[in-house]
Amino acid sequence: MVTIAAIIYEPGSTNKNKTGSWRTFRPILDNKKCIKCENCYIFCPEGTIYEDKNGDFKINYDYCKGCLICVNECPVNALTSTREEK
Amino acid sequence: MEKIDIITGTTAAAMAAKLSNVEVIAAYPITPQSHCVEALAKYVADGELDAEFVKVESEHSAMATCIGASATGVRTFTATASQGLALMHEMLYIASGMRLPIVMLNTNRALSAPINIWCDQQDSIAERDSGWIQIYAEDNQETLDSVVQAFKIAEDEEVLLPVMVNIDGFILTHTVEPVAIPDEEKVREYLGIYEPKHAYLDPDRPITQGPVGVPECYMETRKDLNDAIEGSREVIKRVNEEYYKLFNRKYGNGLVEGYNLEDADTVLVAMGSVCGTIKYVINELKEKGKNVGLLRIRTYRPFPKEDVVEMLKDANNVAVLDKNISLGFNMGALGIDVSSVLKNKKVCNYIVGLGGRDITPQDIEEIISHVEGAKDGETKWINLKE
Amino acid sequence: MMDKKQFPREEYFAPGHRGCAGCGASIVARMALKTTGRDTIVVNSTSCLEVFTTPYPESAWRVPWIHTAFECGGAVASGIERAIKALKKRGKYKDRKLVVMPIIGDGGTADIGFQALSGALERGHDIVYIMYDNEAYMNTGVQRSSSTPLFASATTAPAGKVSKGEDNPKKDMAMIAAAHGIPYVATACISYPEDFMRKVKKASDIEGPTFIHVLQPCTIGWGYSTENTIKIGRLAVETGLFPLYEIENGEFKITYKPAKRKPLKEYIRMQKRYRHLTDEDIEILQKHIDEKCRLLGLE
Repeated sequence: MVTIAAIIYEPGSTNKNKTGSWRTFRPILDNKKCIKCENCYIFCPEGTIYEDKNGDFKINYDYCKGCLICVNECPVNALTSTREEK
Repeated sequence: MEKIDIITGTTAAAMAAKLSNVEVIAAYPITPQSHCVEALAKYVADGELDAEFVKVESEHSAMATCIGASATGVRTFTATASQGLALMHEMLYIASGMRLPIVMLNTNRALSAPINIWCDQQDSIAERDSGWIQIYAEDNQETLDSVVQAFKIAEDEEVLLPVMVNIDGFILTHTVEPVAIPDEEKVREYLGIYEPKHAYLDPDRPITQGPVGVPECYMETRKDLNDAIEGSREVIKRVNEEYYKLFNRKYGNGLVEGYNLEDADTVLVAMGSVCGTIKYVINELKEKGKNVGLLRIRTYRPFPKEDVVEMLKDANNVAVLDKNISLGFNMGALGIDVSSVLKNKKVCNYIVGLGGRDITPQDIEEIISHVEGAKDGETKWINLKE
Repeated sequence: MMDKKQFPREEYFAPGHRGCAGCGASIVARMALKTTGRDTIVVNSTSCLEVFTTPYPESAWRVPWIHTAFECGGAVASGIERAIKALKKRGKYKDRKLVVMPIIGDGGTADIGFQALSGALERGHDIVYIMYDNEAYMNTGVQRSSSTPLFASATTAPAGKVSKGEDNPKKDMAMIAAAHGIPYVATACISYPEDFMRKVKKASDIEGPTFIHVLQPCTIGWGYSTENTIKIGRLAVETGLFPLYEIENGEFKITYKPAKRKPLKEYIRMQKRYRHLTDEDIEILQKHIDEKCRLLGLE
């Protein structure tokens, strides 16, 4: 059943699409090294990096496409990357 | 209480938009724009109409602005003609596809080239398949009434489609006639406020309008659109009746109007102001003892298929007049449509009045005698110079 | 040690969209919406951003969003803005400022949508028009737009034996917007989020038309590996190629001045769209930039 004029009534519904499957490289964040500069947080094109209850930044791998902007933009090398293995 | 004003068709349309309490008007004065939006601008300037008047930079933007406004949930209106309508082409499909009940006056004028500002109906016929309901008014009174009705039809939850009210350029747009102006409060009460449930941009209910229609859904949206315009026939008829009860004027059944059809072996089929000329000829002939009928197509899309079949069932000579030509088919659009719904009947098609060529009572008489003498359906161009 | 920053945590641009890995347009949308928040209405013209965020029945947008056609973003936004005014007369959105924000690409702004943009700016609509500039038609296969820079190779301006790619300099949209006499115009780049977001905030607080030209590198169209989107944007600014400034009520102000401009070559050599260029070609471009920076006081 298609909605009238194909209007999408569910905001943000692309979150059903787990783009993590696109990834070939996985960014890994070492919270011990993290200085919370928020570079990775703000530069992520997917918005997959979030702050947890303890104020630590985490990566939501459901959506991370593995572009590695975060790794490149981390000023203290708290982020590294590794090849995904299936 | 209704009062009578002596006004042009374009002023009648502007008056109707004012009575209908439109909230956003977007218009561009492309040659040949009618006086309609000038009249509306004046109403706004004089504080008689509390509408937002957007002085856009093109007809394309006029329709785009109406789409933006309608998609935000307000009543919108614009007016255009010929080249301006052609420039809107892309946006017309988007307005209907997005199910936005925009109402527009189109003053029928010829398309270039050569440039010609006079009347024919090629402009709106070219938008036949755009998903807009198309109404063709015969006179200035009907223009006013049709614009008011157009909002009621467009905004009906079973319809939710844009409506184009067409009137013949110059013949109606620049000619004054006495027009009864309904009471403003009564019209506003009848129409109410446009409060859509399906489509409005509102941060309190964020929706996505105009997404990518992937192959898995596109065809269904087209079918929905077709169902909506097909279903609008009943709404158009109902609104015609409601309007009659409230304002004491009706136009046939809303879709078609028969004139002197009883016992008429010869019937002319036409749209717009030429029907006035045809009625005059019919009356003249009747005095001479000759019976000819007229089937006026008031609503061209949705096409009143069943009414055409029913009302022409006893006619043996059907003459369809077209102020447009389907180049490469040598017929007008109405001729093609009528021929396709009438089985085993002689239908002759007459191409008339292109680019402001006069259609005289003599032309109508020539058409009558031609169709009566024709053995089979054929197309004839009327009043062509050697 | 860097200064501690605190960006807004609300996300109005959902993940799961089909933007390429490393997509700069997504970063534009995300940053802009973090700034303007929930009371924003977004207008897209036909573009990458429109296509990859709204494949029916899914939408990445958590704010009201509309797309109609390619060339009319300014006009659609105009209609929305006036409709909000009309709704306010009815008593809706009382005491609320809704931000009408077209986010439209360089083609939809500088080329096919130029007329509608100009109309919207000239008429004084209260809108925040964001032109996200990736310097070509990326949605359809990297065809040149009037925003494609000199000597960049695009599929309709390809480098070849007798061609160095695009043969015209980039159209200066911010200055063209400013010529409309609107209250606020700015350039920005996604690599400078505080600067970009501050400008979006300022624009959204201003009554009347505002225009922000934001540069966003594109992995596919510019030809670099995905992790370099921000780095390349930064080089565009640090070389002086894309100066960051704002023009508020006619007053021009540089908002970021590189301590020492980097050589353009560093920027050029990271991108495949420029790989046909010789050092002499780059020198020509460098002279162009030096002249522009001299005029803007960025020496």
